[in-house]
Amino acid sequence: MDWTWFHKFGSPPHVYRLAGTLTPWFAWPAGILIIAALYGGLVLAPPDYQQGDGFRIIYVHAPSAWLSTMVYAVMASAAAVGLIWRMKVAHAVAASCAGVGASFTAASLVTGMLWGEPMWGTWWVWDPRLVAQLVLLFLFLGYIGLRSAIDDLGRADRASAVLAIVGVVNLPIIRYSVEWWNSIHQTPSVMKMDRPSMPMDMLAPLLMMLLGFTLFFVAVLLVRLRAEVLRRERGAAWVKEVVS
Amino acid sequence: MIGAALAVLARDLRLALRRPGQVLQPLAFFAVVTVLFPLGYTPELDKLRQIAPGVLWVAALLASLLSLESLFREDAQDGTLEQILLAGQPLAALALAKTAAHWLLTGLPLTLMAPMLGIALGVPASAMPGILSSLALGTVTLSLVGAVGAALTLGVRRGGVLLGLLTLPLTVPTLVFGARATELAIAGEGPSGALYLLAALAVLAVTLAPLAVAAALRIGSE
Repeated sequence: MDWTWFHKFGSPPHVYRLAGTLTPWFAWPAGILIIAALYGGLVLAPPDYQQGDGFRIIYVHAPSAWLSTMVYAVMASAAAVGLIWRMKVAHAVAASCAGVGASFTAASLVTGMLWGEPMWGTWWVWDPRLVAQLVLLFLFLGYIGLRSAIDDLGRADRASAVLAIVGVVNLPIIRYSVEWWNSIHQTPSVMKMDRPSMPMDMLAPLLMMLLGFTLFFVAVLLVRLRAEVLRRERGAAWVKEVVS
Repeated sequence: MIGAALAVLARDLRLALRRPGQVLQPLAFFAVVTVLFPLGYTPELDKLRQIAPGVLWVAALLASLLSLESLFREDAQDGTLEQILLAGQPLAALALAKTAAHWLLTGLPLTLMAPMLGIALGVPASAMPGILSSLALGTVTLSLVGAVGAALTLGVRRGGVLLGLLTLPLTVPTLVFGARATELAIAGEGPSGALYLLAALAVLAVTLAPLAVAAALRIGSE
């Protein structure tokens, strides 16, 4: 089998150009989907019979929460690829993921709190999912902290890759343990809304939003990857050609 | 391989016993933190008993974490670590031996000390077996997870703070199960369910953490 296509990903100029070409293919659909979903979610969808208009924050909250975990998985996979095949570009992908992932995690927490205040009457409850999300944020921050604390780029790449992999092994255990922790302490009555299955005019914008956010993440990742590759290769001849 | 691991273990124990001050520091820290809670909260034993599991576990967690910072530091400074890396023995086994020494010098004494502090927090004597076994199992995991963090932050600026940021989120499961086992023991119910989960975590950590420590040490010494 011909593996040239795979080895090409190891070449920074190739990846830089490829990322540049691909960005609009993700950014435009992401923009169109998000705007359409916003219209569908904020204007077309009817208010919830219990929560009124308050439920609409789900159109930002759920995609952020979904992406927060997915970005960590992407980051850890890229880090593993970089560690195993010593592929510098994979480390650049992992480095570009961290900031985006932390932002999505923070966004899901903040939107959840904004929703919780009117719905539960409090900004914060010690609910397993909230705690797991908070721990995920700490994992992202630890990853960013370790990366920034090591001056040597190659060492920073590999050390943070080990951390990302350790984190990905731990994440399911952390999720399980906090579920167990709270389910025994008390059952949160506020969360026990037996949600009837969503009607289509509420669900369709949500699915569009999920897809739009995912495409948006890929587009942002590609842009950040280009910047990261340029920063890492700043001494190389091809960068001087590109920049000038 | 086993001989080399035992040699590393014996060396670390001997070094530590020649400087007993370093062994006693985490224990003193454990006691001081625990004593601060009655002062900051309330001297009533009934109320203290309710928060005793959390206090004991968080204090043990922090004491273990503080002592981890120096796990590889001295060896890295005087060149021993390089010799360990060059020894031609499986690095994971030697890392496990070093972590075992750390547990014998920190985790085990912390565990043995916990009943005394438990009494100060109003914990009934019937709960002591549960507290002892939960801490004995939990500190194994804490030492191993902390060793990964210590290896990753070796020679890093402000390593101590970073070590906390890296390690503490990963110790959430141990804290949850450990505090729960202690709580059940204090309430007079069987803590075995939580203890099994703690044991499972310890087995998982013994299996996987040495590999991560070894990888981190290699990266750090490149």
